[in-house]
Amino acid sequence: MAEKQEILEGAMAVAHAVARCRPEVIAAYPITPQTHISEELSQIVADGELDAEFVKVESEFGAASVILGASATGVRTYTATSSQGLLLMSEVLWNIAGMRLPVVLACANRSISAPLSIWCDHQDAEAIRDCGIIQFYAEDNQEACDQHLIAYKVAEDRRVLLPVMVNLDGFLLTHVFEPTILPDQQLADRYLPPYEAVLKLDPANPATFGAFTEPDKCMEGRWMVHDACMRSLPVIEEASAEFEKVFGRPSGGLLEEYKSRDAETILIAKGSLCGTIKDVVDEMREEGTKVGLLRIKTYRPWPTEAVLKAVSGAKQIAVIERGASFGAGGVMTPEVKETLYDAGMQTPVSGFCVQLGGREVPPDGIREIVDRVASGEKQTAYEYFRLKTEILPELVPGA
Amino acid sequence: MSDKLLSLDKLSIGCVAPPGGSVANKTGAWRSMRPVYKHENCIGCRACELVCPEGCVFGNAKEKHFDFDPDYCKGCGMCAAECPVDDIEMVMEEK
Repeated sequence: MAEKQEILEGAMAVAHAVARCRPEVIAAYPITPQTHISEELSQIVADGELDAEFVKVESEFGAASVILGASATGVRTYTATSSQGLLLMSEVLWNIAGMRLPVVLACANRSISAPLSIWCDHQDAEAIRDCGIIQFYAEDNQEACDQHLIAYKVAEDRRVLLPVMVNLDGFLLTHVFEPTILPDQQLADRYLPPYEAVLKLDPANPATFGAFTEPDKCMEGRWMVHDACMRSLPVIEEASAEFEKVFGRPSGGLLEEYKSRDAETILIAKGSLCGTIKDVVDEMREEGTKVGLLRIKTYRPWPTEAVLKAVSGAKQIAVIERGASFGAGGVMTPEVKETLYDAGMQTPVSGFCVQLGGREVPPDGIREIVDRVASGEKQTAYEYFRLKTEILPELVPGA
Repeated sequence: MSDKLLSLDKLSIGCVAPPGGSVANKTGAWRSMRPVYKHENCIGCRACELVCPEGCVFGNAKEKHFDFDPDYCKGCGMCAAECPVDDIEMVMEEK
């Protein structure tokens, strides 16, 4: 292999992996914990190592808008953000998906205010879950880098033509130094040939992107976004298989089954939390508990068939989330339940919100969840795990 | 861009439309109020023509005669509000 392992900070590694995808226009606005990605890309462009236009913008709304316009002219584009920044982009992101622009962006996952927190959870990415952006989740920095190459491959595939967002946990991945292999430039070029747009903005041949539709056409326009999302499922698998062929290491894909094939209790989670879960699975396996992990790598489109196949033998399932839908329950938990329900299955599913705003769940927390669901405990509502009720206020006067 | 990929009748990937869409989409049906150009006091100042956000007021300043295109007028009432001689009245669109 021409590629060598280096000890790199997650955000730096991602920036260099992105540079090797040769984006031609990059626009970004700094926000913790994403900043190091765009900062490093800015440096790479300034150093002349990447021939790209780096547009300094006044906000994330501006960043997404610049990327939208640039992508519509038929060039490869990139941006990265977090938290409030992603939410500020959200109006534009719906347009990018609706206009079927193969933009790639990273979200360094961070909690949303209020209360203000800079630490990790998945509520930012989940807030734009329904807009038609394909969402990958990385467990470690190597995967975060690799998923960017796969993201461009999938986004620009003519069966798809949709934006792809690579999620990497803020601080837990972005600021952690890990041994990482950066993609060799020649291999990256072989994997990712230059982008050629089907339709593009061209003054010589004018057209309107995301044009007005009357009610007789709008629903079909929106359905095409859904249809493209669904069509991307096999494309993601193909692009991941080709990645392994070119780079010699497996990466990407829809999901990872970790010791779950014969498991009675299956945990379902996404992101870096899965590292902790795998350690607990290993320990409990040694003790004779039949537990396994299903790690969701592609969260949108939801890989219904693959999930169903992976959990069909389980006696009970626990979904461990870094998100919540206030006023209802979990975010991924109901999706797992729907997947089972539609297949006529009655496997008990428990949902646990283990972390919001960066609180760590130690291995004994995962172990407690496994013990509780394995003992047949029936859950009546999505649980905010280990909620500190002792620090909650009394009811306000008049309540 | 291939003309075959774009038409005003069928959708394209990304809902990309060829030129002419704003003419083909007749938005006048959105109107609940309709301007009535009375042609009584017009001084030919062109205010109605200039403030129309749809660009669908047409006329001749010398002849002091303006009117609106009902295919595109959304009934916003800006022409009536700005007319310095109250020569435009908004009435309920009824059929």
